[in-house]
Amino acid sequence: MAHGAPSHAMPSAIRIRDVYKSYGALQALGGVSLEIEQGEIFGLLGPNGAGKTTLISVVAGLARADSGSVEVMGADVVADYRNARSLLGVVPQELVFDPFFTVREALELQSGYFGIRNNSAWIDEIMHNLDLTAKADANMRALSGGMKRRVLVAQALVHKPPVIVLDEPTAGVDVELRQSLWKFVGSLNREGHTIVLTTHYLEEAEMLCGRIAMLKAGQVVALDSTKNLLETFSELHLKLRLDREVIPEGLLGGLMSHSEDLYTIKLADFSEIEGVLARLREAGIAIKEFELQPPDLEEVFLRIMSRTE
Amino acid sequence: MTRFRTLFYKELLRFWKVAFQTVAAPIMTSILYLLIFAHALDGRVAVYENVTYSAFLVPGLVMMSVLQNAFANSSSSLIQSKVTGNVVFMLLPPISYFEFFSAYVLAAVARGLIVGFGVFAVTVWFVELSVRAPLWLAAFALLGSAILGTLGLIAGIWADKFDQLAAFQNFIIMPLTFLSGVFYSIHTLPPFWQTLSHFNPFFYMIDGFRYGFFGASDVAPETSLVVVAACFAILSAITLAMLRTGYKLRH
Repeated sequence: MAHGAPSHAMPSAIRIRDVYKSYGALQALGGVSLEIEQGEIFGLLGPNGAGKTTLISVVAGLARADSGSVEVMGADVVADYRNARSLLGVVPQELVFDPFFTVREALELQSGYFGIRNNSAWIDEIMHNLDLTAKADANMRALSGGMKRRVLVAQALVHKPPVIVLDEPTAGVDVELRQSLWKFVGSLNREGHTIVLTTHYLEEAEMLCGRIAMLKAGQVVALDSTKNLLETFSELHLKLRLDREVIPEGLLGGLMSHSEDLYTIKLADFSEIEGVLARLREAGIAIKEFELQPPDLEEVFLRIMSRTE
Repeated sequence: MTRFRTLFYKELLRFWKVAFQTVAAPIMTSILYLLIFAHALDGRVAVYENVTYSAFLVPGLVMMSVLQNAFANSSSSLIQSKVTGNVVFMLLPPISYFEFFSAYVLAAVARGLIVGFGVFAVTVWFVELSVRAPLWLAAFALLGSAILGTLGLIAGIWADKFDQLAAFQNFIIMPLTFLSGVFYSIHTLPPFWQTLSHFNPFFYMIDGFRYGFFGASDVAPETSLVVVAACFAILSAITLAMLRTGYKLRH
């Protein structure tokens, strides 16, 4: 069992080094390197087909990299797969289930696959936290999509893995479950679990993730803290609906777009608002509607994706 | 050990939950075979001295049930898991390929033996039969079902859809089973077909199994045992290699 050089007293939760993976002529991953530290909530973002799920599959051992290496808590996912897989919990993207079993049976079987016997106290706790207790003895087939999703989360947690990967856990899930799921993920993180997630809901990633990697066509095109990404790539936008279709000349420099009486003005920071208002007042123009759009991850995402076209 | 035990238990539970389809139905089918063939052929076909056709047929039917159900268990379980995607539940945990192999094959053996015993238990009411060499009988039942469980695993790993699995079953397993001497002694065949039968490993399984009942067979049971054991060793090595490399399971 390799635990890395002595300098790594605390191994990274996940260390991905120069991973390449192709399916026939299609290159899914083209040299991905990433290091996710213990205790992080890390977001893996990218458009469909960017390679997020392939990367997760390589980390989980569901797929094998053509070259490069992956370690989970210092355990190589190929050479030391038993330790690597014991340290990892994965919530797959597809809503899969085994129609032969009840919720409790599915969780007990999953515990056994990880070598754990008599796990019912922990299984009860997970079911309680995910609101599954009432469905414990229901057959998997009888559950709604949202409930099946919760069981998938529960199955990933039976062995209390220090690293948890959630691949689009909120796809097609109603608001209530999304919120309770993120609350639960947050509490797992506070208990010391490292969380890696992919999502298409960028506001969720912005709210939850301390760091974010953006993938495009199998390559990491951005990797930074969420805060830095927002500061570097996003701007403050001021949307104004005016009482006439004209704008003072002094504001034309920052004008992003305008249609009829709706104007969008780019600001460097919040202190510029006052100047804009002063110029409008001088010109005798009244404001009918006013909306300030702070930087958001969606804009960052779109800009990074178009930048690397 | 817990990993293997859990997967083995899951495989048992899976077929037991649908026991009408996986246990009762094949027993029923075998009884129908016995009733029809025995009615049509008893007294007309003499295979061994002092052995009626029905008595000759029973061991063949029992073994055919053992083999077909062992194959059906591992192959259908795996293809269902692959097609529905829940195979990830077994691929994400640290289950070794040897544990995976043993659990699937032993569950297939279990189902094969349960169905085989069921067929036997029912048919002894119709046919007078004694067991001359129970150890030979047990050895061939075990090895035969293990071979078919392994073949089922190969088919389940290889097939991407139910259609391909059906092809494997109907164009490989079924002809090898039906042409192995379940319903006849190969000594009644023309020389060409007799020779060809000796290249069918299923023939040795059924012939050796039949020896367990009558103490008589077409070839010596020792020969059959060597052939059958060698088959199992080769197929196991192939299957373990497929699992180790992740062939069609870990892309």
